[in-house]
Amino acid sequence: MAEGLFYNVSGGYVEGIVRGYRNQLLTSTSYNNLIQCESIDDVKLQLGPSYGDFLSTLPPNPSTSSLADKTLDKLVAEFRYVQANSTGSLAKFMDYLTYAYMIDNVALLITGTLHERDTRELLERCHPLGWFETMPVLCVATNVEELYNSVLIETPLAPYFKGSLSHQDLDELNIEIVRNTLYKNYLEDFYRFVNEEPGLKGTPTQEVMSEALMFEADRRSINITLNSFGTELSKQDRKKLYPNFGRLHPEGTLMLSRAEDVEGVRIAVDGVYDYKTMMDQTGMGGGSGGGGGGLGNQSGGIGAGDEGKSLEDLFYEREMEIAKLAFTYQFTHAIVYAWVKLREQEIRNITWIAECIAQNQKDRINNYISVF
Amino acid sequence: MLFQGEGEAFNVGAFLESISPYAWASTGIGFCIGLSVVGAAWGIFITGTSILGGGVKAPRIRTKNLISIIFCEVVAIYGVIMSIVFSAKITAIPSDALHSGTNYFTGYALFWSGVLVGMCNLVCGVSVGINGSSAALADAADPSLFVKILVIEIFSSVLGLFGLIIGLLLSSNAPDFQDLSS
Repeated sequence: MAEGLFYNVSGGYVEGIVRGYRNQLLTSTSYNNLIQCESIDDVKLQLGPSYGDFLSTLPPNPSTSSLADKTLDKLVAEFRYVQANSTGSLAKFMDYLTYAYMIDNVALLITGTLHERDTRELLERCHPLGWFETMPVLCVATNVEELYNSVLIETPLAPYFKGSLSHQDLDELNIEIVRNTLYKNYLEDFYRFVNEEPGLKGTPTQEVMSEALMFEADRRSINITLNSFGTELSKQDRKKLYPNFGRLHPEGTLMLSRAEDVEGVRIAVDGVYDYKTMMDQTGMGGGSGGGGGGLGNQSGGIGAGDEGKSLEDLFYEREMEIAKLAFTYQFTHAIVYAWVKLREQEIRNITWIAECIAQNQKDRINNYISVF
Repeated sequence: MLFQGEGEAFNVGAFLESISPYAWASTGIGFCIGLSVVGAAWGIFITGTSILGGGVKAPRIRTKNLISIIFCEVVAIYGVIMSIVFSAKITAIPSDALHSGTNYFTGYALFWSGVLVGMCNLVCGVSVGINGSSAALADAADPSLFVKILVIEIFSSVLGLFGLIIGLLLSSNAPDFQDLSS
């Protein structure tokens, strides 16, 4: 309640900076200019005002991946600057934001070690936001047990490993399951942090972040369920991967854990209006007659959104909506989270548009998600 | 004490009467200027940090938004003006003539005027500060919003003026400390 009185003591400057970054995000006008481009060089030129310094080192006609790398570099540079200026609960909050990327990096290194690849090469492919000082140490490990021990000692992720994964698990379980277990522990920890940290409790940060994290948890639960159909993942194991909070929790997740096909998922999410409409829009809600798209689209599956939008797209749109609305609150850490998410979406958009131009697929170029 | 019929052991009325009206008046002036300055300072730091942060990516806001800082500063000036008005009523008189009805009235009036103006300015300063911080951030995002938010900011700024007016009215009824016996 009293966030207006005290937030600016530690967070005022950072909030102003992050809002400044948000104002520089691409708008729908800039996207309209982007999709008119004929070559990657044009794209580079159009991005000039917002990405100038970072793109200037690119050679003429760069590849789309190097373009994406450079745009990501800008996000990383800004994130590090904000992180260096943050103190107290905001510093901790930003640490939590990086954990998500660390999980991906550690999962990558585990895969590398399992397949006995030289993990030093993999370091370059790690997400720079998930970089932590002791990451090169993990490369010294030659087998999974050593890796497991160094993960426990050296990384901030140790609490997420401890208690739910043993070193045999790393060997035997599918890497996706390891990743999802870690992510579940991470989400629950983050949720606990925004709800119980004394500096955040009762502030808009708690309000906005709870909503964002609940959505994230639900999205993961639904995705895990949809992707598990036709694999050997048992229902018991699947249930363990669902985060223990969110709008679907507990009835929805229980029903998700019992679902056997897409129809089961639809019934499980029926209680939450937002997800129900999403399922209907993708045409997955067919079956029982009333729901929109019908069976015709169902064969298209989740990924192929030729006519309608895919579920993944709808989830991204919803996420952007949450991120956009977070900026209507002042005196909260949630805008940092929202800004990172918006920036990531922008990078995805740029990559998509560049990719479409490079491959001459102009008819699908409009599938980007413009927020502002 | 109260339940054992000894309520008179501590005589509140006599205790209040034994306090010098000078003490009341001076404490009032202290509260007036002190709380006003706290309010102004609080408002300035809330606004200032936001202007600093917002100004990094939108340098054009920095001069315009100094007006929010000035609004906060005005709150402290209200406190200074009122303190000067109050302190003009304090004149030295012989101590045996001090405990008279009119002098008590002046003492209490100045004390409560001071508290009134001080608290008003404290709340007003915080309110203008939060408004100013929003104004800076909104201006950075969309320059056309500045004037609209400034209007709201003026309304918060007027709150302090209300305190000033009532404080003046309350204290204007009180005469200077005077020696009636001579």
